[in-house]
Amino acid sequence: MDYALLFIQTLNGLQLGLLLFLVASGLTLVFGILDFVNLAHGSLYMLGAFICASLTFLLGNFLVAVVVALPLTGVIGYLVERFIARPLYARDHLDHVLGTFGLILVLDTLTHLIWGPAGIAIPLPVWLDGQVNLFEGVVVPIYRLLIIVTGLATAAGLFWLVNYTRLGMLIRAGASNRTMVAALGIDIQTLFALVFALGAMLAGLAGMLIAPISEASIGMGNNIIITAFVVIIVGGIGSMKGAFIAALVIGLIDTLGRSYIDDAFKLFMPSDAAETSAPAVSAMLIYIIMAVILAVRPQGLFPPKVR
Amino acid sequence: MKKLITAALAATMLTSPALAAEVKVGFVTTLTTGAAIIGNDMKNAVDLAVEHMGGKMGDLDLNVIYGDDGFKPETGKQVTDKLVKQDDVDFVAGFIWSHVLLASRKSALDAGKFLISSNAGPSPVAGKLCHENFFSTSWQNDQTPMAMGEVLNQNGIKSIYLMAPNYAAGKNMIAGVERTFKGDILGKDLTKWGADAQLDFSAELAKAKASGAEAIWVFYPGAAAGAFIKQYHQAGLKDVMPLYTSFTVDGLSLPKLQKANFESVLGSRITQQWDPSLDNAQNKRFVADFKAKHGTYPSFYAAQAYDTMFLIKSAVEAVGGNLDDMDGLRAAMKSANYDSVRGKYTYGNNHMPIQNFYLREVVADADGNWTTKVVSTVYENHQDPYASECAMQ
Repeated sequence: MDYALLFIQTLNGLQLGLLLFLVASGLTLVFGILDFVNLAHGSLYMLGAFICASLTFLLGNFLVAVVVALPLTGVIGYLVERFIARPLYARDHLDHVLGTFGLILVLDTLTHLIWGPAGIAIPLPVWLDGQVNLFEGVVVPIYRLLIIVTGLATAAGLFWLVNYTRLGMLIRAGASNRTMVAALGIDIQTLFALVFALGAMLAGLAGMLIAPISEASIGMGNNIIITAFVVIIVGGIGSMKGAFIAALVIGLIDTLGRSYIDDAFKLFMPSDAAETSAPAVSAMLIYIIMAVILAVRPQGLFPPKVR
Repeated sequence: MKKLITAALAATMLTSPALAAEVKVGFVTTLTTGAAIIGNDMKNAVDLAVEHMGGKMGDLDLNVIYGDDGFKPETGKQVTDKLVKQDDVDFVAGFIWSHVLLASRKSALDAGKFLISSNAGPSPVAGKLCHENFFSTSWQNDQTPMAMGEVLNQNGIKSIYLMAPNYAAGKNMIAGVERTFKGDILGKDLTKWGADAQLDFSAELAKAKASGAEAIWVFYPGAAAGAFIKQYHQAGLKDVMPLYTSFTVDGLSLPKLQKANFESVLGSRITQQWDPSLDNAQNKRFVADFKAKHGTYPSFYAAQAYDTMFLIKSAVEAVGGNLDDMDGLRAAMKSANYDSVRGKYTYGNNHMPIQNFYLREVVADADGNWTTKVVSTVYENHQDPYASECAMQ
């Protein structure tokens, strides 16, 4: 067993998990509190990446671009809530799905028109572009460490926000019983808009962080949104803690699955068969986990306390 | 009076088929999703070919109808059905992706149309599924990486790590390198592909590095190319494992990589049947006019699409515009008697090109733009390894 490799793969899994958490936390907030199925959450992730890419070339620095792009994606999230989500709240989930699926198509095409089909590669500052030698045999790209640190910091900030602030109290109350929150005289519309904008910023941040690795490209959000739904289903819809733990678990399982399944398969099947079946099985792994969770514990691992 | 009008109308109707004498080419490529960058490049090349032909093939008007496969086999098949049945095209051409071509080939061939691949070359269409009405203006998938395997041997590389997407072409490409590379293959990864392809290769790059291989070879066409090269660059592998690629670094990814200043790619080696610097009149005109019109070098996809149109033109002219003469058209295409931008080539029994493969290097041109130049010829008149499996003579 190569422990250095295992350690690196764990870091890679952690990085993927934290990115998933950024997307899933917004999704679980919106789904849990607003009871709104937002398929277009992934489009906000994509828009974050493209806006950040343009700003990087405009302002000349990736980090400055992220800081400027964050409020912009928040504003886009607010507008989406005001003009698309709000009229749909009263309808059932199927209408939410139809409406936001339409929004995905519109935003994808809009992105195609504005930025072209090619996708944009984002250059990193030189100090972020290198590698760091953590200890013997473990060399990791600095930028990946930055993603991990940013993800952990954002998670910590969210926990503080949700557990120790007045807004967080309202969010938790809204997740448990929003009719009661409204009856107590809280401006539920503003709360909803704020939550939606926050979710958009979190998704946008994830898009901005991944863009220097995989480029800003059309449809990038549609890949991650499915996995993000898996995360919130495993974690328990509406639960921030559930989203965090499930995201890390899914990230680690996916990465370690891609790294070790072929070796594991080679123990009991011919190497050709292992090489063919391993990629297929590792792609299925997270869905198998979801199916098991749904069968054993349909409410998810950490459902919010009162529903 | 009324009779006269009726007669006139009838006369118009009778003559209209003759007036509308045209050759219809259905061109299937990817015009949406991130892979549209490839499709648009091919479309630009086809449009340029139409312009160079003056919109005519012989005496016939040329009508090109584009179809978008959306990077999905099922959509590709639907759009091929539409081109064949609704538009009744004479030639179905294009096809970037092997899995799209494999899904669509029956629709075109069963309808008695000519099918010309401008890029995809999966092993079945060259071997057991070869067909008299199928032609390629590109290559069989194995050939380009086979040439790369030879280059690796020549460079004294003893061990290598392989990576490719998990679909028909990815598997063929890996098989191609394995066929000629004499050293050890210390590991290989097939990653998820399609509209939701995997673009974060951290786990695979870590494995590759831990394998201790001397070099890494990858096949990542289209948008994934930029993503891979960036992560290779960020992981600092340039000095540890030199990068060898097939169909990854091309006229499409280079401008983008240059803009983001990923210098790791300069000096990397590629094998290909064509290069913008090849010295023949047709290629010079193609590259110069393409650059003038679009500001970038054409990619190999564009070159093959451009060749496709001239191959069809040569056949249409050889039969004097009589498109019902299928045997004549077939014989004319089989002779490959046209000016290809890659220079002269011939067709094998399976209608796959027998052609040269060159080693190219990524360099900056006189204006500072990143492009490729030919270093040496790896294979002369190379035929794909599946030709013997094809029953045609």
